[in-house]
Amino acid sequence: MSGNMKITLKVWRQRNTKTNGQLVTYQLNDISPDMSFLEMFDVLNEQLITKGEDPVAFDHDCREGICGMCSMFINGRPHGPKSKVTTCQLHMRSFKDGDTIVVEPWRAAAFPVIKDLTVDRTAFDRIIAKGGYISVNTGNAQDANNLPIPKPDADKSFEAAACIGCGACVATCKNSSAMLFVSAKISQLALLPQGQVERVARAKNMVAQMDAEGFGNCTNTGACEIECPKGISLENIARMNREFYVANLKE
Amino acid sequence: MSKLDSKIPEGSIEQKWSKYKSSVALVNPANKRSLEIIVVGSGLAGSSAAASLAEMGYKVKVFCFQDSPRRAHSIAAQGGINAAKNYQNDGDSTYRLFYDTIKGGDYRAREGNVHRLAEVSASIIDQCVAQGVPLAREYGGMLSNRSFGGTQVQRTFYAAGQTGQQLLLGAYSALERQIGLGAVEMYSRHEMLEVVTIEGKARGIIARDLITGKLERHFGHAVLLCTGGYGNVFYLSTNAMGSNVTAAWKAHKKGAFFGNPCYTQIHPTCIPVSGDHQSKLTLMSESLRNDGRIWVPKKQGDTRKPNEIPEEERDYYLERRYPAFGNLVPRDVASRAAKERCDAGYGVGASKMAVYLDYKAAIDRYGKTKAKTLGVDNPTPAQLREFGKQVVEEKYGNLFEMYEQITGENPYEVPMRIYPAVHYTMGGLWVDYNLMTTVPGMYALGEANFSDHGANRLGASALMQGLADGYFVIPYTIGAYLANEIRTKAIPTDHEAFVTAEKEVQSQIDKFFAIKGTKSVDHFHKRLGKIMWDKCGMARNEKGLKEAIQEIRALREEFWKDVRVTGEANEFNPELEKAGRVADFIELGELMCIDALNRNESCGGHFREEFQTEEGEANRDDVNYQYVAAWENKGNNSWELHKEELKFEAIKIAARSYK
Repeated sequence: MSGNMKITLKVWRQRNTKTNGQLVTYQLNDISPDMSFLEMFDVLNEQLITKGEDPVAFDHDCREGICGMCSMFINGRPHGPKSKVTTCQLHMRSFKDGDTIVVEPWRAAAFPVIKDLTVDRTAFDRIIAKGGYISVNTGNAQDANNLPIPKPDADKSFEAAACIGCGACVATCKNSSAMLFVSAKISQLALLPQGQVERVARAKNMVAQMDAEGFGNCTNTGACEIECPKGISLENIARMNREFYVANLKE
Repeated sequence: MSKLDSKIPEGSIEQKWSKYKSSVALVNPANKRSLEIIVVGSGLAGSSAAASLAEMGYKVKVFCFQDSPRRAHSIAAQGGINAAKNYQNDGDSTYRLFYDTIKGGDYRAREGNVHRLAEVSASIIDQCVAQGVPLAREYGGMLSNRSFGGTQVQRTFYAAGQTGQQLLLGAYSALERQIGLGAVEMYSRHEMLEVVTIEGKARGIIARDLITGKLERHFGHAVLLCTGGYGNVFYLSTNAMGSNVTAAWKAHKKGAFFGNPCYTQIHPTCIPVSGDHQSKLTLMSESLRNDGRIWVPKKQGDTRKPNEIPEEERDYYLERRYPAFGNLVPRDVASRAAKERCDAGYGVGASKMAVYLDYKAAIDRYGKTKAKTLGVDNPTPAQLREFGKQVVEEKYGNLFEMYEQITGENPYEVPMRIYPAVHYTMGGLWVDYNLMTTVPGMYALGEANFSDHGANRLGASALMQGLADGYFVIPYTIGAYLANEIRTKAIPTDHEAFVTAEKEVQSQIDKFFAIKGTKSVDHFHKRLGKIMWDKCGMARNEKGLKEAIQEIRALREEFWKDVRVTGEANEFNPELEKAGRVADFIELGELMCIDALNRNESCGGHFREEFQTEEGEANRDDVNYQYVAAWENKGNNSWELHKEELKFEAIKIAARSYK
């Protein structure tokens, strides 16, 4: 092995949705500071498999910070101690030799645990299916440059669209609110001329689904913005509230 | 003679597609409602196909192994998407995009398919903008473009370094809309493990619910595989951890020919390997070659820090060797040139297996422009640097951040270290003009097929192809088949073909658990990857390939005797998922080596050391190898080669030069 950091891990182990879980302690030696946090879990799992034990189940895919799949709650913070970083991009150089690290799954009623550190985030998809789109069938579009969009609007829309749907905002919120996620999509589309036609229905339907999924309300603690690995701004929630308010007035 | 019929329409290259569209059979709306289509994979090709087909009225089921269709690995594409819009008034046209793609692919792609791709490219941009995809814009409100490798025009549309993400989220939102309307049934955390064929036609799939472990049977009048590429056969690649060949491989074993498996793309600009623990490699977008300059020290084994090496002691080897395209030569050329320098002892960094990608010149240049725009007279050097950094950050900020996260170095201050890594596979399931494989009713779209990129794909063309296939090709071409299926009633899944297919899947799962070996799945995957990278990677030769085939066969035997799969079948079990994928990768690896050994020439990403010019460039053999190698699976890891001759009628075939 390529390093010599010693790390104590306390990892949430839970067989499935129906059983109770608990923290289990593992000792790791020879961890390299150049390893990513997930590569450390690869090392742990390799050890567990060699011993004939069940490896830790965790979600991950692209390992370059964009797919939004990885989702570990590390020492009380989603995606760990660094800001604007996903778990897969967190590296062990952010920890010290001898550290004890507690790793839990996202905790929210709307994100039930599937196994160990893996949770079910399909609630997000169901919210998008209620209006996180522009209804334009393939083939209906006009020439793209027939619709000039001021660069500042396009840039702002893009910043909101950069959300990776990981759910860190929900995990960190004491109310398990999904408002940062939902508002990012509502903002992206509300800021563009293409999004105007369905603006009213979108705000109402997406918010209704968000509530139906059991996500909590927003009490402006701002934790979501701090923990968001993509820097999605709290301003989006203000915009969503305005969209929702106006939508209700228009009804 | 060949069993392969590419079904390229008659007529001149400019008219093939438009004539085809106006004559292809149609399915009326009432019949569409009773025709069921299975889409496997939810990336750009899968999501766009599923959404478009559902909009047309077909009943669609979509399967993906991730927890949400939005996670498909198209999301990670960085730099951009090509389209022949000619918004920059720099002489672009459908023909030029067509020509660049054929030439970029080293004359190993099919003219008819590529021209169609170039034709529909402009509509993709229109569609995406209409969906609310926030592509980059200029201050006048118009769309912005950048350059990519292998072209001399600016035709690449982008959204910072997250173009794939934005385009996929556009297709995903179109898909979610259809899910919300009840036109698409979504099966996330499901993996396709077998194709069901009845009387030679694809009629459905067996999928495993990854949460419960239950095997499910699904019927479809047609099955679309949009399952991406197989770069993870190398273990280390820029693909996502879950990217795999299983769906395509199962189809191959059920009769779909595999086209040009040896054509793999090694991307020149990736972050170098840092140690044995490495689980994946990270790409630094090709767009960085717009502004970055690639160099190594002129002195072998130079240990000075990059900023201490004066200008005249640096070798900007791409600019030196390829003055016409410079740092923007195609990927295969740039990768080989980096390997050549490192092998010759000029590499940098701790491992000496890296070259520099330097932004200093760009920061200086942009700094001056911005100072002028802001009206700052006599800016200080510090101001200039700051302005320059701001511009670079706006263009490439997320990439620079990513580099810093991974390496712990600040690329605004010191040049990035980069090295080539496996990135994309041009090979894939053989398809005809309709995108249908050799199994009737089974289609392959996007990276999963072999058709458009020849032996090397140009940058920003993967997004174009995925969306072209899904939005604008399959909605037309599927009619040619389904128009004859309107009398076929949905086949109940207790049909014996479904029962047998499910049994086969179950028996493979049982076999994994019965082995109770001593080594993890990853252990075998890493060993396979090493064989492939060393002997079927950036450079290949006869001796190495023959050795690789023997080694892979031995590895396969060992795998089936000694792999340890933990846990149980009827639960969420990522180890079991990996075991199935690696078993398929091992078989594919052998076929890739066989294909590479068969192709006694160098072309695009396939570089056989025996076949190179005196200057070290690829030496193509158009007399003997101007064909697509389509491999038929004969069972027990044996294959028969079928050849599809490539005809070039619209383009004059020539040596590929970027000098």
